[in-house]
Amino acid sequence: MDQHNPSEFSSKAYLGMELLRFTTAGSVDDGKSTLIGRLLYDSKSIFEDQLEAVKRASVQKGSEHINLALLTDGLRAEREQGITIDVAYRYFATPRRKFIIADTPGHIQYTRNMVTGASTANAAIILIDARNGVIEQTYRHAYIASLLQIPHIIVCVNKMDLVDWKEEVYESIKAEFKAFAAKLAIHDVRFVPISALLGDNVVEPSAHMPWYGGGTLRYILEAIHIGSDYNHIDPRFPVQYVIRPESQAYHDFRGYAGRVAGGVFRKGDKVMVLPSGFSTRIQGIYAMEEELEEAFPPQSVVITLEDDLDISRGDMIVREDHVPEISQDIDIMLCWMNPRPMEVNNKYVIMHTTRQLKCLVKEIKFKVDVNTLDHIEDGTSMKMNDIALVSLRTTKPLFFDPYRTNRITGSVILVDEATNETVGAGMIV
Amino acid sequence: MKSYILNHLRELESEAIYVMREVAAQFENPCLLFSGGKDSIVLVHLARKAFWPSLIPFPLVHIDTGHNFEETLVFRDELVKKINGRLVVGSVQESIDTGRAKEETGYNASRNVLQTVTLLDTIEKHKFDAAIGGGRRDEEKARAKERFFSHRDEFGQWDPKNQRPELWNIFNGRKRLGEHFRVFPISNWTEMDVWQYIYLENIELPSLYYTHTREVFQRDGVWLAAAPFMMLKPEERIQTLQVRCRTIGDITCTGLTLSSADNLEDIIQEIAATRVTERGGRADDKRSEAAMEDRKKEGYF
Repeated sequence: MDQHNPSEFSSKAYLGMELLRFTTAGSVDDGKSTLIGRLLYDSKSIFEDQLEAVKRASVQKGSEHINLALLTDGLRAEREQGITIDVAYRYFATPRRKFIIADTPGHIQYTRNMVTGASTANAAIILIDARNGVIEQTYRHAYIASLLQIPHIIVCVNKMDLVDWKEEVYESIKAEFKAFAAKLAIHDVRFVPISALLGDNVVEPSAHMPWYGGGTLRYILEAIHIGSDYNHIDPRFPVQYVIRPESQAYHDFRGYAGRVAGGVFRKGDKVMVLPSGFSTRIQGIYAMEEELEEAFPPQSVVITLEDDLDISRGDMIVREDHVPEISQDIDIMLCWMNPRPMEVNNKYVIMHTTRQLKCLVKEIKFKVDVNTLDHIEDGTSMKMNDIALVSLRTTKPLFFDPYRTNRITGSVILVDEATNETVGAGMIV
Repeated sequence: MKSYILNHLRELESEAIYVMREVAAQFENPCLLFSGGKDSIVLVHLARKAFWPSLIPFPLVHIDTGHNFEETLVFRDELVKKINGRLVVGSVQESIDTGRAKEETGYNASRNVLQTVTLLDTIEKHKFDAAIGGGRRDEEKARAKERFFSHRDEFGQWDPKNQRPELWNIFNGRKRLGEHFRVFPISNWTEMDVWQYIYLENIELPSLYYTHTREVFQRDGVWLAAAPFMMLKPEERIQTLQVRCRTIGDITCTGLTLSSADNLEDIIQEIAATRVTERGGRADDKRSEAAMEDRKKEGYF
């Protein structure tokens, strides 16, 4: 097997490469591990020693073929039981892009893991077995992708070889998915008929499906426009750390370190600092010694301001004409992630951007049946993998945007004070 | 409209710097685990960027097996001086002398596993509550499931089946007294990303990474450096060859690559064309299929 073509990585070609993060969702046995193995294998991202190890393990387990799925089973228990327990991250690169796959398991604790993998993804691959068509789990995957506002969805209709490469099968699955997606906040959906096992339309175009006029899965992954995935409209800079060198060379330097969470900040911009509400101007933007004219998400920079203000971690620098919402009462779509149930009136630590506060769960407005999307108005508690619209009251005001306009300033996690475990993930409505 | 996109190296850099600053903000007494290898050298570079113009607000911790390449120690001391930093050394020899660790014997004796004892003792002695490491998820399959903020109990152990979910870029570093975190800012980097970044930023590396002449011998298909404490089997012969290191660890388990690459561009070409993972040359990972997972559970890097 050839490895990367070295010329692809020659001199500074890689300086133009972008990063795309995607998550994969599929039910048990619809070929997710095989697809990932195929993407890695055909992109020449699997090394000889890894392949040797998989071959050895396949023989040991009495498998006839090289089981590419074994490449993705990381922990001893997973290999022994043949299941995936946790989100695993995989990497491959083409000359155009570097890819990070958040590979989430299809069975136990499904919702929790998919939500985790989806939280940072630019794109989601949803796998459908061509023989079974759109099934209940497909709805669940699509719903979670839309709930987490993954900007791009790619539906792979897999196992086309087992339905004789028939266009009608593909078209009817496509129509069914589209009808369902219309009910969700999904804006960019693409479809591709593939055979992960044989490699058709994964990296190489299929000779079996001349009726398909679109690109291969890898082509789609390389071509998706991700430049608009971040919010570039509403400037948000959560202060992460205050830098005060107190050295001779930088005696009066007082910089605010952080990662731009929205909009574009430019030198000289008039800005407002929350919660104080004081206004000032940006004096400088730094990436170490290098002074920048502007900064945009997800850049980590240091900002200095013209006036000496009392600013600390958890404050937020914004533009006066684009102020976020400020409130102690927020509604969130909450995904519960812990075996210990959540009860109304419980108190949790809430982490939002660089702030930590406490909050009280006031009310569960409704739960969502992730398979039917029905709203269920019951009860006062949530179990693991439940998703519900919940009202919270925080000890101090949060500065936030709705999740649909900004995934960074619109997201929170809840932490159990007794165990310190992360128990819930919330998207501000 | 102008397009606001970072290239992949700048995005990874921004992510790593963000993680470093979270450590400085959320923990009282963090440290950076420095092995002398390229990944930890990149970490130091990123830490300087994260806190400039302040100095790095935590010390470097080197777990010294006593079986280092001489060049590693020279490089370490020069780097510490250059960044005006603090260095804490945990000595595996000391752990052996005081009976805390027992030296392995035989041909494949290595102090790699013993490092865990010294590492945990050093963390406890200095009351470090977070240790930043250069682990990457692409290195090994047990690492693929590692979090950026990885919780360790009061015994320093990792429980892979009970990890905290990690969402968006919100990192939960809350812990009880006596527990600590391992933090991996370059989790999402691949070997190629690290080399490209070193090239992009022109980061200085120990000479071991470039081609040099060295006395070596072959064992189980891997080239190892000859050293006084390396026991040779009867059939093993020392030869003098042009080699370079792809990773740098303890001499006993660092595989060498036959190479004439004397600059970063050639090294990047070599990595691009290579057919074996970088840990494929690490004797420590070959001990069993779950070698890394087992060591990590005990508290390894």
